[in-house]
Amino acid sequence: MIDAVSLRGESPNGTVPPGEANNAMSSLALDAYFGATHAVRSVTLDFPTNEVTAVIGPSGCGKSTFLRCLNRMHETVPRARVEGTVMFHGQDIYGPDVDPIALRRHVGMVFQRPTPFPTMSIRDNVAAGLRAQPSERLSSRQVDEVVERALRQAALWDEVKDRLKTSATGISGGQQQRLCIARALATAPHVLLLDEPTAALDPISAQKVEELVYELRKVMTVIIVTHNMQQAARVSDRTVFMLMGEMVETAPTRRMFTTPSDPRTEAYITGRFG
Amino acid sequence: MSTAAMSGSAPRVRGLARRRGVSIVMITLTCIAAALAVVPLVVILGYLLKQGAGALSLDFFTHMPVPVGEPHGGMANAILGTLLLIGLASVVGLPVGIGAGLYMAENRGTGLANLVRFLADVLNGLPSIVMGIFAWQFLVRPFGHFSALAGGAAIGAMMIPLVSRTTEEMVRTVPQSLREAALALGYPRWRTSLQIVLRTALGGIVTGVLVAVARVAGETAPLLFTALGNNFWSLNLSKPIAALPLQIFSYAISPYDEWHAQAWAGALVLIVLVLVISILARYVTRSRHGGGGD
Repeated sequence: MIDAVSLRGESPNGTVPPGEANNAMSSLALDAYFGATHAVRSVTLDFPTNEVTAVIGPSGCGKSTFLRCLNRMHETVPRARVEGTVMFHGQDIYGPDVDPIALRRHVGMVFQRPTPFPTMSIRDNVAAGLRAQPSERLSSRQVDEVVERALRQAALWDEVKDRLKTSATGISGGQQQRLCIARALATAPHVLLLDEPTAALDPISAQKVEELVYELRKVMTVIIVTHNMQQAARVSDRTVFMLMGEMVETAPTRRMFTTPSDPRTEAYITGRFG
Repeated sequence: MSTAAMSGSAPRVRGLARRRGVSIVMITLTCIAAALAVVPLVVILGYLLKQGAGALSLDFFTHMPVPVGEPHGGMANAILGTLLLIGLASVVGLPVGIGAGLYMAENRGTGLANLVRFLADVLNGLPSIVMGIFAWQFLVRPFGHFSALAGGAAIGAMMIPLVSRTTEEMVRTVPQSLREAALALGYPRWRTSLQIVLRTALGGIVTGVLVAVARVAGETAPLLFTALGNNFWSLNLSKPIAALPLQIFSYAISPYDEWHAQAWAGALVLIVLVLVISILARYVTRSRHGGGGD
């Protein structure tokens, strides 16, 4: 199955290796910089396949930066730099012949604020990622099928099925965020990166996104950055605690929130700082 | 305590009265200034209507120029010529202007972007007659004859800085988060710029383009040595071509009253054309903001 994914510009095959016990992604001694600022310090982590991993930590601890290293978005910022290794399907994504464009089709990302493309309809927004893949020419009917599947997966289909052709900016913020998740799901990524996906949403919309994340683990690996510890406890299988760019502790979520081994983790989750 | 507060408030009220007085004076002055700013346009429009409307008829739009003394003369060739020249100018000015604006916005802070921006500003300040002389030197003299192409290129070059600055400003208003969203979906950078960023900024860019078209539609100086003018119907782009500003110019300096009337009518048509384009530009801007939602 390791050869199933090529990062050299081909389209994803859209399947998750069945019953694979190993890790969907692993970072090895990963460092990230903004100019002279050392934002992520030698983080080594495994992300088991079909699990939800939550990354928590106070603001500025480097958790978002770390996440953005996993689909090579960090390097799109001027003066940003990455050192180290991220293994994905047996390949180092920072290897010399890896195309970051191809990688990002396998590793989807959703941001803190909803970012629907304002010039596109709801349907075209969901299909946007498909159109970014020049090797794959889908018929209009095939696109419609993918759009419906992605919107159902994002629990948005029933709310927008009658207005797929209308502007994506006409729906509520919570719906826009689920639309962005549907857009990321349309290309059938193996890993989904969520960067504080509910920070800009009202509680009810946030709950819907959380339920969605809980469901998505059945078909993909999810890594979610959050500063909401209750959220991490609710949706994740594993939790990672980061502080000042370093990975302090990682453990199954239940153990992390009941018996953390590092005193700094305990201090943070009991609310003594951050 | 209360007396202190009272005595403290008394001078404050006197100061308030004075400030109110100053405010009324200043508001009046700015109102007068605003009115004065509108006066030239109103006077010009009114005078043009008075002088030009008489000579304006269907013939003016459908007939060719005629010798002095003959009836039913028109400026059909000049109206067509101006439209053709605007088209040619757009072919030259829009791709270069929009491309340069996109480059400046997407590569902000780089040396080349700053240089291009500075040079575009210089080009914007270049007197239009200088642009005409340069077009004559490089596009007329080597070929040995005046041409519509040279005229279109001259005013097209004048559009470049106008279009590139508006494009840059409009592209800058596109949030960075949209670029990131596209990149994260696996869009290459060039497709992000063209299909997401440029499309999002398109409403504003169209407005800028229309303003630039309105601005160059009335240019005369760059056409004097390039398009030259033509008394006949011509669609040949390598031959001299008529244009409204040129026709107005040559009729206005002639000694004949009939031609003077025609020049007034031509000026009226030109200003109405520019007005229509400007109003169109405003309409495009408004529909963009209205359709934005959110």
